[in-house]
Amino acid sequence: MAERSFEREVQDLRLGAGEVFRGEGILAITKALLQSGVAYVGGYQGSPISHLMDVLADAKDVMDELGVHFETSASEATAAATLSASVMYPVRGAVTWKSTAGTNVAADALSNLASGGVTGGALIVIGEDYGEGSSIMQERSHAYAMKSQIWLIDPRPNLEMLVKMVEQGFELSEATNTPVMLEVRIRTCHVHGQFVAKDNKRPQFTLRQAMENPSRDVNRIVLPPASFLHEKEKLEKRWPAAVEFVKSRKLNETFGPSEGPVGIIMLGGLYNTVLRALQQLGLADVYGESAVPLYVMNVAYPMIDDEIVAFCAGKSAVLMVEEGAPDFIEQALNTLLRRRDIQTRISGKDVLPMGGEYTAQVVVKGLQAFLQTHALPMLGNQPPIPDPTPVLHHEKIKALAEVVPPRPPGFCTGCPERPIFAALKLTEKELGAHHISADIGCHLFSILPPFNLGGTTMGYGLGPASSSAFNVPADKRAISIMGDGGFWHNGLASSIGNAVFNKQDGVIVVVDNYYSAATGGQDIPSSRARNARRKTNNSIVDAVKGIGATWVRQIDRTYDVARMRDTFREALTTKETGPKIIVASSECMLNKQRRVRPLFAKAVAGGERVVKERFGVDEDVCTGDHACIRLSGCPSLSLKHTDDPLKDDPVAAIDSSCVGCGNCGEVSEAAVLCPSFYRADIVFNPTGWDRFMARLRGAVIGWLQHRRESRRIAFAD
Amino acid sequence: MSNGGENGLKRLSREKPLSIAILAMGGQGGGVLADWIVEVAESQGWVAQSTSVPGVAQRTGATIYYIETLPPRDGVPPVLSLMPTPGDVDVVMAAELMEAGRSVLRGLVTPDRTTLIASTHRAYAVAEKERPGDGTGDPVVVADATDFAARRVIAFDMEQLAVKNGSMISAAMLGALAASDALPFARSAYETVVGAGAKGASASLKAFAAAYDRTRSAPREAPRPPTPKRLDALPSHAGHPELDRLVARIRGEFPAEAQSLLFAGVKRAVDFQDVAYANEYLDRVGSLAALDRAHGGQDRHFALTCEAAKYVAVAMAYDDVIRVADIKVRASRFARLRNEIGAKPDQIVHSTEYLHPRAEEVCGALPAGLGAFIEARPALYGALDRFVNRGRRIDVRRLGGFLQLYLVSGLRTMRRGNLRHGREVAHREAWLARAIEVLPKNYDLAVEVLRCRRLVKGYSDTHSRGLSKFDRVMAMVPKLAGRDDGAQWLERLKRAALMDEAGTALDGAIKTVETL
Repeated sequence: MAERSFEREVQDLRLGAGEVFRGEGILAITKALLQSGVAYVGGYQGSPISHLMDVLADAKDVMDELGVHFETSASEATAAATLSASVMYPVRGAVTWKSTAGTNVAADALSNLASGGVTGGALIVIGEDYGEGSSIMQERSHAYAMKSQIWLIDPRPNLEMLVKMVEQGFELSEATNTPVMLEVRIRTCHVHGQFVAKDNKRPQFTLRQAMENPSRDVNRIVLPPASFLHEKEKLEKRWPAAVEFVKSRKLNETFGPSEGPVGIIMLGGLYNTVLRALQQLGLADVYGESAVPLYVMNVAYPMIDDEIVAFCAGKSAVLMVEEGAPDFIEQALNTLLRRRDIQTRISGKDVLPMGGEYTAQVVVKGLQAFLQTHALPMLGNQPPIPDPTPVLHHEKIKALAEVVPPRPPGFCTGCPERPIFAALKLTEKELGAHHISADIGCHLFSILPPFNLGGTTMGYGLGPASSSAFNVPADKRAISIMGDGGFWHNGLASSIGNAVFNKQDGVIVVVDNYYSAATGGQDIPSSRARNARRKTNNSIVDAVKGIGATWVRQIDRTYDVARMRDTFREALTTKETGPKIIVASSECMLNKQRRVRPLFAKAVAGGERVVKERFGVDEDVCTGDHACIRLSGCPSLSLKHTDDPLKDDPVAAIDSSCVGCGNCGEVSEAAVLCPSFYRADIVFNPTGWDRFMARLRGAVIGWLQHRRESRRIAFAD
Repeated sequence: MSNGGENGLKRLSREKPLSIAILAMGGQGGGVLADWIVEVAESQGWVAQSTSVPGVAQRTGATIYYIETLPPRDGVPPVLSLMPTPGDVDVVMAAELMEAGRSVLRGLVTPDRTTLIASTHRAYAVAEKERPGDGTGDPVVVADATDFAARRVIAFDMEQLAVKNGSMISAAMLGALAASDALPFARSAYETVVGAGAKGASASLKAFAAAYDRTRSAPREAPRPPTPKRLDALPSHAGHPELDRLVARIRGEFPAEAQSLLFAGVKRAVDFQDVAYANEYLDRVGSLAALDRAHGGQDRHFALTCEAAKYVAVAMAYDDVIRVADIKVRASRFARLRNEIGAKPDQIVHSTEYLHPRAEEVCGALPAGLGAFIEARPALYGALDRFVNRGRRIDVRRLGGFLQLYLVSGLRTMRRGNLRHGREVAHREAWLARAIEVLPKNYDLAVEVLRCRRLVKGYSDTHSRGLSKFDRVMAMVPKLAGRDDGAQWLERLKRAALMDEAGTALDGAIKTVETL
């Protein structure tokens, strides 16, 4: 079950013609898929498109009614391969993932799919994880579209446009026998807006019909000589068909005056930002009126040469606004104009930065530079441009910069991964620092303070694979980390299988938190929850043993820090060769709390005897060294300034958000830190026996306490 | 076509959307707040767009939500921005003090237009918490900056207010926004939206109303520096003749400047051991006070005596197993614990203490001769360690657990003769001798030597690490004794020692001092 429930949003998927859909961009796309008569949807979760997967997972009833098959793919490669259903059969399919990370994984299938071509519409919704809020390397998915010849749609970021482009995308795919990518940026995925809905459509041709009436065409399979034919067909048939389709449907748009000394060409996704920049320069308004001619490429690939040429006609210069490197479109523009011998100057990355997110602030600067060179009079009546620099240069703000700490993401309160890294840190205190290969997932937060563990991250499920070279005799072993998500995505074969086969003499930790936690708590094969639609509860230990691993340790409570540490020590020092695999399992605390809290509240309300655990710190005992925090970083373990005039430094303090995971106590015990921590067990609805025993103990203990205190001379507090 | 721009300009509308940026930490409900604002705007017939970049920031990191809203114009949908432009934001809402600071650093808060609505509570970042000293950011610097940068500041502890009303900070922040009149919507519009929420609506409304009223009555809370230290005046009667004598000694023998600290020290010494120990403490500080007077302490507000009052108390009331056990079994502690965890009267509370004694602590608590005897025999010491060295979890609310710690705390009466005490005394005297030695040459440096006691803290490894840093800093004192700025340098060394666990900053600082 995913972290966020979309029960309410699922109802919006049922909206019929004329009703207004209000919500997030990514949900609008989901609704658009259903309005397009899609027959199957697959994908792999990840920001910023996790919600698309989550809402579909929650929308079982709607999907069943419409006869849409939904699959949580094992990886993006699986998702891309799923689209092969549309190769021979006129069924529409859509898949989704985070890009470019996911597109990298899917590339093999995508190349094959694009080569042979499709019959039914094949749409790939990619969440372009670029700029602020991104969690991956900064690259452009555009390159994949070009190299595999997949059409790339980059719509203006409003819901109406997104929906339209999903619908047009399927048609484009079918008209050109080519898969289509729909690129949505992070903010577009999360943009709240509205559009007028249409009725959902059942698929015209079903998967069942396809399975019962199989057809094949050897010319659609990527094998010589067909593969050479595919290349020819791509360039000679599918490309012109796409150009014709985009032109006739007017998928690209022009705004502003029909003529002008200069113009701006931009990708659809950047339209709002460019417009805001123009607005700040006094050259556009908030209702989309522009004083500069604008050509908006809602289709980023292929470029429609004739439209470009027409737009450039009569203009001395044109500015190309495309985000990220390389400047694929600017290069193409230059080639086009040179080929056609058109003298319009192309500006772009000369005035705009080559890399980084194009914010309004960045675009304003670029536009100013462009207009200064090519159309100075347009800058004439310029209103004051928002500029925070005088504020930022003030000494009070400079002093502030010294005080505001960075706040990167980290392990949540009670996270079961925290004790794993606390134990690893303790192990390193004994055995010295080791090379640690990290992976993708929540556990990657170990690279940040306070743990500062992990040297590289090479891809999902590739942590142990990235330790492959460190398989030579040495006094220390390399350690690799991998999450359960990465394990099932790719790690079982690429990392574990490889390590077993090559007798990799290292230590592999599989962090098993029962979910694909970093992407929002979706189920995976080893999830322990029962899921009616999937087969869960598949053991990671069985899987690694099945692939040939022999030294395998299962730890079923990661909070047992001493045991974690001892297991690390054993794995790092045992004489046994080959991979030493530690499967460290405890449920993701975010998900656990969501699961357990309502049950607890119900039990309390029902008068049941239940115990709630919470940790605390004796502030008189704590000396304010914060060694515990350096082995934790838990949000609920914080600091408190005391009024004790004899104490200089703030003491550790645990706030009410503590979920009683046990890490603090276990760490202070295993690391021999200090005796300040206590665990309080609060008994709700105590039984008669509880109360009797409490009274009895209270009487005896109270007597002893009173006895001592009465003999002691002390100041009244 | 050079007039094209001019022609275009004439047609352009001057309308601008209202822009609102929300800076929050993952898990604070920034998304809920953004949704509420959008719903309020839409319910009033305005067009509203919100966006966010949660990404992995949902896992406790800093994140931002952004909203633009404006009235519609004859069916023409506006083109709204998906991100705030620095210098172009009307309302910034920060769900924590340092996030307010971050919004200023991002340029989102400017004096010409921005209303800053900030909660002043602190959620310390790891970078602040992990320092061995006090790494917390100064709230006064943030307040200075926000007051300067914003057109208007509404700032108070919205978290506490929300919790008090059984709700989440998002509801309180919405109340502050409504009361700020930064958006042209009536209070009722907000309340309708909040009230329509599924569960927790009534609590949310309560928090909303409380924040609304608070914003109207006292919108700006003065920045709070960390909790002030409690310095009690000397009481006229302390409740026992022996205690009265102690108080009389403080009053009679010491300068006024040091008296409240001495009173705190005396209380600590009595609490740690007994009245005799407190007298011993006063004797020890008294001899330092005499030296202080002799070396011009009068003109320096008796700084040496004051610091001695503080740190000799700390050194005398060192952290040993007896003290820990003593604190854990007290009735006052039982009551405080219940209070801290918020247990209701009808609930039963157990508490498990996490202790990890080692042979070192056991020997320390033994009579000096016996303890030293064992320590000198590695085999015996090792055997003892194997026997005691493991984590022990003790429930002090059960008789068995209570008695264990009760007995350990009972060793207090024999403390003065134990091995640890002898060592503590020796260490203390060496430290004080160092201060006395430099006093004639360099008064300020002597004061600073006393302050270096701050480096000794913690238990077991932490304690040894602290001691080693203390020793390394102390070793620099002879080098600094002849310098006028010696005290500043020693202070810098002390600060460096409190920067990180490994002592990297201290290494650097020592290198610098060595090149002086």
